[in-house]
Amino acid sequence: MRKLFEKIVQWVLTGSGFVTSIVILLIIGFLFTEGAGLFRGRVIEEGYVLALNKENPVSRLTAEQIKGVFDEDIANWKEVGGPDLPIETFRLEDVDRYFSEEELGPQYERAGEAIVGWVEEHSGAIAFVPRVMIPEEADLHYIEDRTISPAEVFAGAEWFPTATPAPLFGMLPLLAGTLWVSLFAILFALPFGLSVAIYMSEVASERMRSILKPVIELLNGIPSVVYGFFGLIVIVPLLQQGFDLPVGESGLAGSIVLAIMALPTMITVAEDAMRSCPRSLREASLALGATRWQTIYRVVIPASMSGITSGVVLGIGRAVGETMAVLMVTGNAAVIPTSILEPLRTIPATIAAELGEAPAGGSHYQALFLLGVILFFITLVINMSVEYISSKNK
Amino acid sequence: MKKIEVKEVDFYYGKFHALKHISMEVEQNDVVAFIGPSGCGKSTFLRLFNRMNDLIPGSRLTGQVLIDGRDIYAPGVEIDRLRKEVGMVFQRPNPFPKSIFDNVAYGLRVNGIRDKSFIAHRVEEALKGAALWNEVKDKLKASAFALSGGQQQRLCIARAMAVSPSVLLMDEPASALDPISTAKIEELIRELKKEVTIIIVTHNMQQAARVSDRTAFFYMGEMVECGETKMIFTNPSKEATQNYITGRFG
Amino acid sequence: MESPRYPDRYDLRKRRSQWVAFALFRVFSLFIAFVLFAILGFIIYKGVGVISWDFLTEPPTDGMTSGGIFPAIVGTLLLMLGSAIVAFPVGIMSGIYMNEYASRGWLVRFIRLMTNNLSGVPSIVFGLFGMALFVKYLGFGDSILAGSLTLGLLSLPLVIRTTEEALKDIPSSYREGSLALGATKLQTIWKVILPMGMPRIITGLILSLGRVSGETAPILFTCAAYFFPQLPSSIFDQCMALPYHLYVISTSGTDIEAQQPIAYGTALVLIAIILVVNLLAGGMRRYFENRLKTK
Repeated sequence: MRKLFEKIVQWVLTGSGFVTSIVILLIIGFLFTEGAGLFRGRVIEEGYVLALNKENPVSRLTAEQIKGVFDEDIANWKEVGGPDLPIETFRLEDVDRYFSEEELGPQYERAGEAIVGWVEEHSGAIAFVPRVMIPEEADLHYIEDRTISPAEVFAGAEWFPTATPAPLFGMLPLLAGTLWVSLFAILFALPFGLSVAIYMSEVASERMRSILKPVIELLNGIPSVVYGFFGLIVIVPLLQQGFDLPVGESGLAGSIVLAIMALPTMITVAEDAMRSCPRSLREASLALGATRWQTIYRVVIPASMSGITSGVVLGIGRAVGETMAVLMVTGNAAVIPTSILEPLRTIPATIAAELGEAPAGGSHYQALFLLGVILFFITLVINMSVEYISSKNK
Repeated sequence: MKKIEVKEVDFYYGKFHALKHISMEVEQNDVVAFIGPSGCGKSTFLRLFNRMNDLIPGSRLTGQVLIDGRDIYAPGVEIDRLRKEVGMVFQRPNPFPKSIFDNVAYGLRVNGIRDKSFIAHRVEEALKGAALWNEVKDKLKASAFALSGGQQQRLCIARAMAVSPSVLLMDEPASALDPISTAKIEELIRELKKEVTIIIVTHNMQQAARVSDRTAFFYMGEMVECGETKMIFTNPSKEATQNYITGRFG
Repeated sequence: MESPRYPDRYDLRKRRSQWVAFALFRVFSLFIAFVLFAILGFIIYKGVGVISWDFLTEPPTDGMTSGGIFPAIVGTLLLMLGSAIVAFPVGIMSGIYMNEYASRGWLVRFIRLMTNNLSGVPSIVFGLFGMALFVKYLGFGDSILAGSLTLGLLSLPLVIRTTEEALKDIPSSYREGSLALGATKLQTIWKVILPMGMPRIITGLILSLGRVSGETAPILFTCAAYFFPQLPSSIFDQCMALPYHLYVISTSGTDIEAQQPIAYGTALVLIAIILVVNLLAGGMRRYFENRLKTK
């Protein structure tokens, strides 16, 4: 009886040992199934077609070209490989501007015919209409619809997930935004992080250390919304005045906040690494006439390099994944940043800002999950490399 | 002039009176062995000569330690300069995680020597002096950790000697080594004494008898007796010394 | 051997460079401390006037431009409790398994690797995952249940690691002593090991609660309500939460000007929770360390 009880407890303990592994698998599973769905989605909005005059030979347009056409950035068919013809666009929302109520019928029952007729008359026409509205006998030519390709997602430079007729899911701006803020955050944090780590481990008196230690712990404990709030209320206006910017919400504001947030991780790990550098090495160096500072940079730092690197990499991980603070201070413009003083948008901020409005199961929703997958893998790579760095040292 | 003179030194760790009223003298190019049971203060005493105890917070010294007639605890003494004069070899081999060459060159570099050919020449000399050159001359760029324990310890001796100190402190340099490596270190000590004054702490009384000219016996923070090694081992004047070397305690 | 000729002024130079370097480190460290006190000081200074009994016990009114934050405080406390129920038992058991049972090296390494990876997963990814699994797949909807589960998983690695570290530092002689007296392994763990590790485990648990109280991203899509003035009546209700409340009223409120004092007050309450948690954890650590020393 007692033996059985012990066995059961052991099974339960073993089971809980694997919970984290199971969670990781579940995360991968759920994020993947949703995210991969994006590539089964269609370029043109579900249930709609893009109808052209049958004389028009153009049958393929990329999502970006479609957006260009409907934004009237592309005005002539020859720009997209067609004949020299001005483009005339038609959206269903505009139906009242083109046709009288008579032509459409009171319940819009004749709208389909009217639109088909309009397209047949105008050789440069392109109409964005629901498939069901078009009578079967209509003699029109359609833009080929296809599934969204990985190339336009991963190498696409435009993120317009709510654009019609064809949303754009180019993730480069978000990826660039994430890397850009994280890079600057680390550049800001690095000198401070290393200085504080060295100071706490090598220079500070026991009393000074006992003051700094809780400071670092508290910095680590402050919630990210509070950092975001502080950034929004204090740092953003300061930057706006200081750099004379149109808006203070910028990559720079994000990097500064992220730098502060990445510091505790960096300091703690790097300090631990340096403190675990054996005393005998320090003594050997001092006994040869080296100063403490020479000992630090010639012996202690090289000997604890792997720990210091781990700290910095973990700090990067923290910066890359941080959501709320960045969301609140970076201005969230989804463009590839050219300067750190512009607003930009990161992957986590995009997910946080848009998931609430993206209809579940739609392409936009799936694209956000795909961003989650990317983020997950970035942090996985970061963690694995930390693991590798520290295992190599042992 | 005596190489080293210790005058009425008391040393405290906080409230703990670690060394009690010690005076002694060391002649140039002598090998002096410190013996005594664990915790008797012999290592603490050794570490006074290059002020290694300064690292310990709350430590305090009264009295004088003179090297070449200068009080090394006088105000204004530059510790890094002192440590160029007084080299040290530790209980366990503690090479830096660097190449063999960089280990030996370390002391020269941190003291401002940049001349590459001089450093190379000096490293070779020091390694020869430590009887290690033949074993490592083809792998100077290899990590010092690739060497055996005995080789590492000789590397540490070469590292200390490269700076050209006039005093070498050795804190149980062979206690972590096998008998063959120990014999090599002892042989080395006999060679090195031509150039430097050596103070060696040892647990091993045969070792003290083999390598030293003079021996000091420590017990409970006091220096019980100091004299010719032969005298100490054959005809000690104090009973405690007698008891220790005949193995009745410790 | 001829003695090397050391450059004359080098001793001076290296001492000077040490002075400069150390001074720099000290200044940088003090600056970081200053940053912390600036943030805390700013929020306390601006927020302390807002705090009143009514602020803490009344629901928001007038489109969240006045009134208090009571539902958000209750929501955050409920989420802390919920996540604790999810994470503490599993996390502690997992830590015990890792330290006391798992014998094969590669298995322990694998689990630890997975735990480390999980602790590196960004909180927004937990949010996505919680939404996909708990809200949609399991059909809990936006609810305290889904939020607690998500937050629980998020704090799991921290709980596991603290437990493991607490148990690792207990000398194996205690285990051997107990086993030698005829106790079973389970009895040993229950009667000897856990009580000894408890102080440190509890310290870790308190810190993980602190972390949960401030997390926003994981509850964005699993639980948090923009405005839900009545108190939740079941675990399938949504709730308000302090960090989310701070986020919405400082970025997308109805009247940012009028809401700013409420934002300061909310931030102050959040900070207060963190301060209390850290003081409590630090105090416990010191208390138990001293007790161990005097033993």
